[in-house]
Amino acid sequence: MIGEVVALTVREVKKWGRSKFILFIMLIQPTVWLGLFGKSFNLRGIASIPPDVIEQLPPALRTSLASAFNDYLSGLFGGTVDYFTYMAAGMLSVIVLFTAMFSGMSVVWDRRLGFLTKMLVAPISRGSIVIAKMSSSVLRGMFQAILVFGIAFLFGLQVGNAFNILDLLGIFASLFLLSMGLSSIFISLSMRVTNWETQMALANLLNLPLMFASNALFPIKQMPDWLQNVARFNPITYATDATRTFMLHSNSNPFDTSVIIFDFQVLILFALVSTLIGVFAASKGLRQ
Amino acid sequence: MYAVETKDLTKVFGSLVAVDKVSFTLEEGEIFGFLGPNGAGKTTTINMLTTLQKPTSGIAKVAGFDVVKESDKVRRSLGLVPQDLTVDEDLTGWENMMLQSKLYHVPSDVAKERAVVVLELVDLLDAVDRKVDTYSGGMRKRLELAEGLIHYPKVLFLDEPTLGLDVQTRSVMWQYIKRLREEQKMTIFLTTHYMDEADKLCDRIAIIDHGKIVTTGTPYQLKDDLGGDLIDLKLTDGAPDLTKILSSIPLIGDVKRNGASYRIRVRKGEEAVPDILEVIINMKLEVKSVSLEKPTLDQVYLNHTGRSLRDDQTHNQSEDAFRRRIQMRRSRA
Repeated sequence: MIGEVVALTVREVKKWGRSKFILFIMLIQPTVWLGLFGKSFNLRGIASIPPDVIEQLPPALRTSLASAFNDYLSGLFGGTVDYFTYMAAGMLSVIVLFTAMFSGMSVVWDRRLGFLTKMLVAPISRGSIVIAKMSSSVLRGMFQAILVFGIAFLFGLQVGNAFNILDLLGIFASLFLLSMGLSSIFISLSMRVTNWETQMALANLLNLPLMFASNALFPIKQMPDWLQNVARFNPITYATDATRTFMLHSNSNPFDTSVIIFDFQVLILFALVSTLIGVFAASKGLRQ
Repeated sequence: MYAVETKDLTKVFGSLVAVDKVSFTLEEGEIFGFLGPNGAGKTTTINMLTTLQKPTSGIAKVAGFDVVKESDKVRRSLGLVPQDLTVDEDLTGWENMMLQSKLYHVPSDVAKERAVVVLELVDLLDAVDRKVDTYSGGMRKRLELAEGLIHYPKVLFLDEPTLGLDVQTRSVMWQYIKRLREEQKMTIFLTTHYMDEADKLCDRIAIIDHGKIVTTGTPYQLKDDLGGDLIDLKLTDGAPDLTKILSSIPLIGDVKRNGASYRIRVRKGEEAVPDILEVIINMKLEVKSVSLEKPTLDQVYLNHTGRSLRDDQTHNQSEDAFRRRIQMRRSRA
């Protein structure tokens, strides 16, 4: 059981590790997102008061206005006043979503190129096929997330002053669970899909709401009520919340442990249930 | 216990009955050939026997295990070399072999030894460290065969295994498979379009058409059912009419005379020829030439399916080329 999962996972990792093009895309994609999206959406800039207006205000009012404004932004952005930092934390979850999408694609691909036949005829459990696909997707997602983290630093990500190695581990633990759950979902969807256009359309259909109906790129507080409710059912919201909390907490702004615990409860439940669904769907419905 | 056993095996796709109440049995160690035109139900039958598709009705057992209820045990007992390639192009030949061995739980030291033997046999040992996407079509097929053999299955299913291989590789391949069968008591179920191959290799043959088995038997029986062999006999000019005398010889059927030449229908021609010659020599007549023509499986096939295999073969080749083109396009996209 473990032997076959490892063998199939190694196969996947070798496949993308060998493709220079995939590695190139993996590097370029987050750079483009962070650079273009993160830097162009200067939410703080849009909301700021022009300097000539500020000049005319009495100094006392100016300071209190500035601090009120910063408090508001900081409340909105979970402890930072910088939209790029805010968005980069969410980008870690989004990049995990993007890589999870490919796990479903690779099932369809294996079906088209015949490799799935080989796996289905072999005396291995259908569940092993799903677990291997998921594991390789998680590995890839983690690798991408590390890249995003590094690139975000180069672009000027500002972590909180209490940020330490444990926070880093916490971030990747939450992303790991998110990746596990999302990959399993995309794999479950691909059980019978024979052409990759269908899988691509399905993935895109899910991607957009998952990405935007969450706190990954924009604060939930600013959304209409119904959308806030949708976002509460989105696992990305919880992974992003955990990531952001770990990333931004500072000495003056320590994090609330109960919130983190709740985030992790949701993520663990999501990861386990999705994986079980994937394994079950494969044992019942995975076809050539 | 039969190596493979089916009873009224049926598969229906919508309104199409792909396999229609097919029953047959394979003894252990037997090579069984499944012949039939395209779309006759050969691959569907293999898919059901290898647990890839569930039968609509009927029973199928492989190595004594039911393909539906004990699919896991069935998978453990069988090897499949499918018609479409399943090797991973992004891995090297060696990596493909090792991956296959792990999927079949072959211990890695055993797997390494066997892989070398099998790869040498299919003449791929020099290419094992290259990625499969640099292989030619024939090389991929050979790798596929090598993979199917690495776990020494009890029952080996070969779906058009030698399609696209050159004659030399084909015969080496078959020699090896025959040896494996003897050493390992392996049972082999194959579909093929090469009639000469089926004739030489298979212990028994079933011809399937429109989802039904139209005839089963040893190649010899099937050919014999056509009415036997044909002897062409030529005597020196001026010889008397021997039609009556020849007809009286045992085993001989219809005799047609044209001057001093005779066309004789006969069962077991090789046994009748000495008798014929003896009669003629006793009459102090001289034989100019004698030839024996055995019916071919091609004729059997034609007789039962109403189609010449050659038609099917050319059709199959273009289909094959088409499929290969699709596969290339897929892998390029």
